[in-house]
Amino acid sequence: MPILEDSPIQVGPYTFHSRLFVGTGKYASNTLMQDALAASGTELVTVALRRVNLSRSDEPSLLNFVPPSVKILPNTAGCYTVEDALLAADLARTAGIGDLIKLEVIADSMLLWPDPILTLQATERLVAKGFTVMVYTTPDPILAKHLEDAGAAAVMPLGSPIGSGQGIIDIEAIYRIKERVTRVPVVVDAGIGGAADAAVAMEAGADAVLVNTAIALAKNPAAMAEAMKWAVIAGRQGYLAGRMPKRRVAEASSPESGRVEAYGGL
Amino acid sequence: MTLTVNGEPKVIAAVTTVGNLLDHFGVSHQTVAVMVDGVIIAREHVGNTLLREGASIEIIRFVGGG
Repeated sequence: MPILEDSPIQVGPYTFHSRLFVGTGKYASNTLMQDALAASGTELVTVALRRVNLSRSDEPSLLNFVPPSVKILPNTAGCYTVEDALLAADLARTAGIGDLIKLEVIADSMLLWPDPILTLQATERLVAKGFTVMVYTTPDPILAKHLEDAGAAAVMPLGSPIGSGQGIIDIEAIYRIKERVTRVPVVVDAGIGGAADAAVAMEAGADAVLVNTAIALAKNPAAMAEAMKWAVIAGRQGYLAGRMPKRRVAEASSPESGRVEAYGGL
Repeated sequence: MTLTVNGEPKVIAAVTTVGNLLDHFGVSHQTVAVMVDGVIIAREHVGNTLLREGASIEIIRFVGGG
């Protein structure tokens, strides 16, 4: 159990005790994913929307492998326009998942970098349609603030490009966003490659992290999921404990006075 | 009836509604979304929405994603 009492994270009307959100893509099998989700302790998992494969239409639903207590967060991955994102959100809601949506409006297929302008526009439209919108965004502090003001239920800056495993390239961006987005959670989404990356994000004050590839492509996804769980707790506890300030030069840990000196020394 | 289903041309006999079409392909009605000619069909209307010759149908489900 954590030493310092922590509060749950609130995303719109939804409450989560785990600060680790997990994606369901890229697992070698549904059972590997099932084991990893259980080991992670997550209460929120992302899914994508795609056409049914008509030649394999009897394959079991992915949702059969997600614990029933876990909330489903459909994404708009693959959308490059506001209209496509709105359609994906409407389809997810029609499929019976509810009003929670992870908005992604991508501008660049190589970097999967969010389009800042279209992302803001789509956020405004989805909020007006009654969705609870968790917004994947660039690590830009001003845009993050605009998204919060537009009614986003969570602001989710990337640490580095999706699936790249490069970690949190600019940790200062997380500090900057946390200083400005004060009413809704900040979730570091994308780029986390190892457990240390998750801890670093949480220690910087992120309210949660969203991890997919780092777990799915680990040699042992369930073990990595559990490592991520503890890394998130460690980072969060480190944040709550209050990190010491950084200094440019050394400051001795041992007393300066009463030092032992050889005879004839200074 | 000639239809386009998930981008593929199909000739399917003995289907009259969107619900029939899901059954034809063995798709569970749970947690899928259907569009006919770009219009999303509400879940409660899947069973009584009639198909017309030449319609374009999209059947969407949840898959793994981040």
